[in-house]
Amino acid sequence: MSYRGSGLKDMAAQEHGGETTTTDYILHHLQNLTYGRHPDGAWGFAHTAEEAKEMGFWAIHVDSMFWSVLLGLVFFFLFRRVAKNVTSGVPGGFQNFIESIVVFVDESVRETFQGRNPLIAPLALTLFVWIFLMNFMDLIPVDWIPGVASLMGISHQKVVPTADPNVTMGMSLSVFVLVLYYSIKVKGVRGFAAELTLHPFSAKNPVLKVLLIPINLVLEGVSLLAKPLSLGLRLFGNLYAGELIFILIALLGLWQMPLHLAWAIFHILVITLQAFIFMMLTIVYLSLAHEDH
Amino acid sequence: MNINFTIIGQSISMLVFVWLCMKYIWPPIMNALDERRQRIADGLADAEQGTKDLELAKGRAAEIIREAKQQASEITDAANQRAGRIVDEGRDDGQKARERQLAAANAEIEQEINRAREHLRGQVADIAVAGAEKILQREIDPKAHKKLLDELVAQI
Repeated sequence: MSYRGSGLKDMAAQEHGGETTTTDYILHHLQNLTYGRHPDGAWGFAHTAEEAKEMGFWAIHVDSMFWSVLLGLVFFFLFRRVAKNVTSGVPGGFQNFIESIVVFVDESVRETFQGRNPLIAPLALTLFVWIFLMNFMDLIPVDWIPGVASLMGISHQKVVPTADPNVTMGMSLSVFVLVLYYSIKVKGVRGFAAELTLHPFSAKNPVLKVLLIPINLVLEGVSLLAKPLSLGLRLFGNLYAGELIFILIALLGLWQMPLHLAWAIFHILVITLQAFIFMMLTIVYLSLAHEDH
Repeated sequence: MNINFTIIGQSISMLVFVWLCMKYIWPPIMNALDERRQRIADGLADAEQGTKDLELAKGRAAEIIREAKQQASEITDAANQRAGRIVDEGRDDGQKARERQLAAANAEIEQEINRAREHLRGQVADIAVAGAEKILQREIDPKAHKKLLDELVAQI
C-alpha cells in the first residue's frame, strides 16, 4: 500500500496512535471536518469520528459547507459574468456555452412544467449547475486536496459536498418545503388536505369515506415523504459510492492510474446524469404541486 | 456521516443561490435570448418581404419595358408615316416646280419666237422694200407705196 501525501498518512496515524491501516486510510477520507461543541462544553474541531458523533446536531461540516458555498459562488460568478455582458447579437464563445446550458434547462422546464412560475427555471438551473460542480469535485484525485490541507494543518477534508448526506438532504428538504408551499398556495389547505386524504381510495358513502381517510393519509403521506428522501439519498448514494471506489482505487499503488482513468471517464457520465436527475425530479415534483385537480 | 446543522446550512445557501440566480442571472440571459429570437424572426420576415418586393418590382419593370416597346413602335410607325408623307409632298412639289419651270421656259421660248418673228418681219419688210427699191427705183415712191408694202409685209 502506498499513500500519496505523507502528511495525510501522519494524520491518519495520529488518529489511531500507531500504524496506518487500509481501514484507517478509508475512514479518514470519509470523515468530514466537523466543528461543534464537545461534550465537555468547549467549542472546536472534532479530531476523531467518535468526537464528531458526540457533538450531535449542533455541529457543522466545515469542509462540506466551504466547498459547497465556494462552488455555488463559482456558478454565480461564471453565469453573472455572462448575464452582465450578455448581447442579443452574435454571442461570443463563452456566452454561447452558458447560453446552451440555460437553453437546455429552459427547455427541460418547459417540457415538464406547464404552469407559470418564475422561480422554477432559475431553481432548476442553479440545482443543475451547482450539483454538477459539486459532483465534479469527485474527479479530482482523492489525495490532492486533503494532502494540501494536511500540510496546512487541517486534519480532515472531504471535498465532494454531494457525498455528504447533509448537503443532499438539505437541498432535497428545501425542494420539499417549496413543494409544500406551492401545493398549499395553488390548491389551498382544503385542496391539499383532500389530495392527501381522499385518494387513492374513494367512496360515495360518507361513512366509508371517513373510514378510508386514515388509510389514504398513510399511503399518500408515505409517497409524499418518499419524494424528498429518495431525491436526496439517490444523489448522496451515487456520489458516496463513486467516491468510495476512487478511494479504493487510490490504494492500489501504480495500478491505480489506468483504473482511475477508466472510473473517472465513467464517472463523468454519472455526475452529469445525477445532476440532471436531481434537476428533473425537482421540476416534476413542483409541477405536481402546481396541478390542481 | 452524521446528520447535523450542515443540513440547515446547505438549505440556506441553496435558497440564497437560487435567489441570486433568479434575480441576477436568469432574467438578463433570457431577455437576450428572447430579443435574439425576435431579431431573427424580424430578419426572416424582412427577407421574405424583400423577396416579395423584388418579385413585384420585376413585374413592374417588365410592364414598363413592354409599354416602352409599344410606345417606341408607335413612334416609329408615326415617324415612318410622316417620312412617307414628306417624301410624297416633296415629290409633288418637285413635280409642280418642274411644270412651273417648264411652263415658264415654254412661255419664254414663245416670247423669243414672237420677238424673232417680229424682228424677222421687220427685216423682211426692209429687205422687200430694199429689193423693190432696187427693182423699181424710180417708179416706186416708198412714201406713196408704203401702204401697199405694209400689206405685203403683214402677209409674210
